Amino acid sequence: MAIRARVVFMDWSSRLGLMVFLSVLAALALAPYWAGRQDLRLLAEIYAYVALASAWNLLAGYAGLVSVGQHAYVGLGGYLLFSLTMFAAIPPLWAVPLVGVLAAAISIPVATLVFRLRGHYFAIGTWVVAEVFRLIAAQVSVLGGGSGTSLPAGIVISIAATRETREFLVYWTALALAVLVLGLIVALLRSRYGLALTAIRDNEIAALSSGVGVRRVKVVVYVTTAFCTAMVGAVIFLQKLRISPDAAFSINDWTAFVIFITVIGGVGRIEGPIAGTVIFFLLRQLFADLGSLYLLMLGAVAIVIMLKAPRGVWGLVADRFGLQIFPLQRRVAEKIGPAGRTS
Amino acid sequence: MTEWINVIVQGVLIGGLYAMFAAGLSLIFGIMRLVNIAHGDLIVLAAYIALVTATTLGLNPIVALVIVVPVMAALGYVLQRFLLNRTLGDDLLSPLLVTFGLSVIIQNGLLELFTADSRRLQAGAIEVATIPVIQGISIGMLPLLQFTLAVVVIAGMQFVFYRTALGRAFRATSDDPAVAQLMGLDNRHVFALGMALSLAIVAIAGVLLAVRTNFDPAIGPARLIFGFEAVIIGGLGSLWGTLCGGILLGVAQGIGAHIDPGWQMLAGHLAFLLVLAVRPEGLFPKIH
Repeated sequence: MAIRARVVFMDWSSRLGLMVFLSVLAALALAPYWAGRQDLRLLAEIYAYVALASAWNLLAGYAGLVSVGQHAYVGLGGYLLFSLTMFAAIPPLWAVPLVGVLAAAISIPVATLVFRLRGHYFAIGTWVVAEVFRLIAAQVSVLGGGSGTSLPAGIVISIAATRETREFLVYWTALALAVLVLGLIVALLRSRYGLALTAIRDNEIAALSSGVGVRRVKVVVYVTTAFCTAMVGAVIFLQKLRISPDAAFSINDWTAFVIFITVIGGVGRIEGPIAGTVIFFLLRQLFADLGSLYLLMLGAVAIVIMLKAPRGVWGLVADRFGLQIFPLQRRVAEKIGPAGRTS
Repeated sequence: MTEWINVIVQGVLIGGLYAMFAAGLSLIFGIMRLVNIAHGDLIVLAAYIALVTATTLGLNPIVALVIVVPVMAALGYVLQRFLLNRTLGDDLLSPLLVTFGLSVIIQNGLLELFTADSRRLQAGAIEVATIPVIQGISIGMLPLLQFTLAVVVIAGMQFVFYRTALGRAFRATSDDPAVAQLMGLDNRHVFALGMALSLAIVAIAGVLLAVRTNFDPAIGPARLIFGFEAVIIGGLGSLWGTLCGGILLGVAQGIGAHIDPGWQMLAGHLAFLLVLAVRPEGLFPKIH
């Protein structure tokens, strides 16, 4: 008799959590049948932020690549969507995954450049990249240059004939995309890359000497994030139907909010961005009238959380009750059984 | 021909200003490995403090430096001592996010107090005074003064860093904070002094910026980026390299703007990316 160890991911809280998550998801998928037009728009916006914040969380929280330039890929996604539909006549909804692939391809050379900058300087380097993208977009006159352009009516109608169906389709695309991004991140973290990332986070040098290809893992994460972020950008501007460099590459909308959401919810946990987005939208519904004071308040809240509760709101709750909705944590389950058979 | 020489001369002169944006940034990075994302917004804050002092006391902006520099230095000390020191450590995220939050707070605070209107500091006759050099090329007194001040500031920093007890403390904590502490240095105090010095330079840069161009609460991040690019182009850890980096950036922007006004910023960024691609250690890295 020998002790065999088995790695398990699920525990009671993730079994329960996933059931709740799936029920909520089912209800949200049926939202076009029970929610109003305004509610659908708001929900789609929430999904976009869940996806953006989850992607940023993967980058900064898991791979330690603190980027303040993710608006580069939101804007790139939006502009790629407009270009593909307007100049290559690709149906808008089919263009979304294509946008992701193209953005991922573009992010590879970008990664080789910005990865030359270490730590803090990497952050500002990513910002420069976003600026370069914005300035280039403003130079493209067929896409309206600095003042931007609207998606031509013919393309809008090609999504679906009636406005209602169109809005439903875009809504479902936004929901599906958020689920896809979350699923992709969970899959990545449960794979060997997830283990490698944990090793890097705990001690980069030790990970390197244990044979973890640190650089390769980081490039994989960076490219995955670009893939997800650009697709979200594509759906955001598919919903807005209008794009301009300032809106597409807005650091406030697509980076500052996303960072605050993740920090408030909890960096380095998959549930953090979801909790953060819920809190962010509650705060916005309550205080958005304050305008710039609202942003100021959000900045202050993020600083206080970073200093006083660096694990965020979800971290506080989860650690207290040992919760995890998404089965990511590896636990060793011991099992006594006959030796010699490996599973 | 003289047209191009003119473009380059003006680029060199504005490079001095960029070097000053960069000097404060690279100083604190050198001492405590902290990149202050709010650096650009602090430059703009200094410009607004100068605006308030100059208008309420009726001072010339250059004279207002006597007030703005100590105010910003004190702010830097307090900021570091009571906020930023708590974020230092192995964790990258915490200092970046706190300074990022600070940046958003300063921007929106200024927006709330001063609205989004463009402002400008009036410096009087010096603004339009020029020195003719040769036919077709003349150098403005103000840009020349800015460039000279930049050189003086960098020389001053060089002196402080390598010739004074304070500079020794800076270098010691930079090399090994734990040993420096054992030798009787109070790191928290040394870091706070570093930030005070950094913001004193920010104050000068802010006032010079405000006299030269229009400013509004949103222009801070671009100044941070210019400073950062000057640091990387010049090479980390080298102050004179940073000056050269600033000059190169200024010249690249000038050439870009001369080809097409839309290309001014883009040309600067592309010069930076080019250096990063072919010589990531910068043009004049410090030799250890």
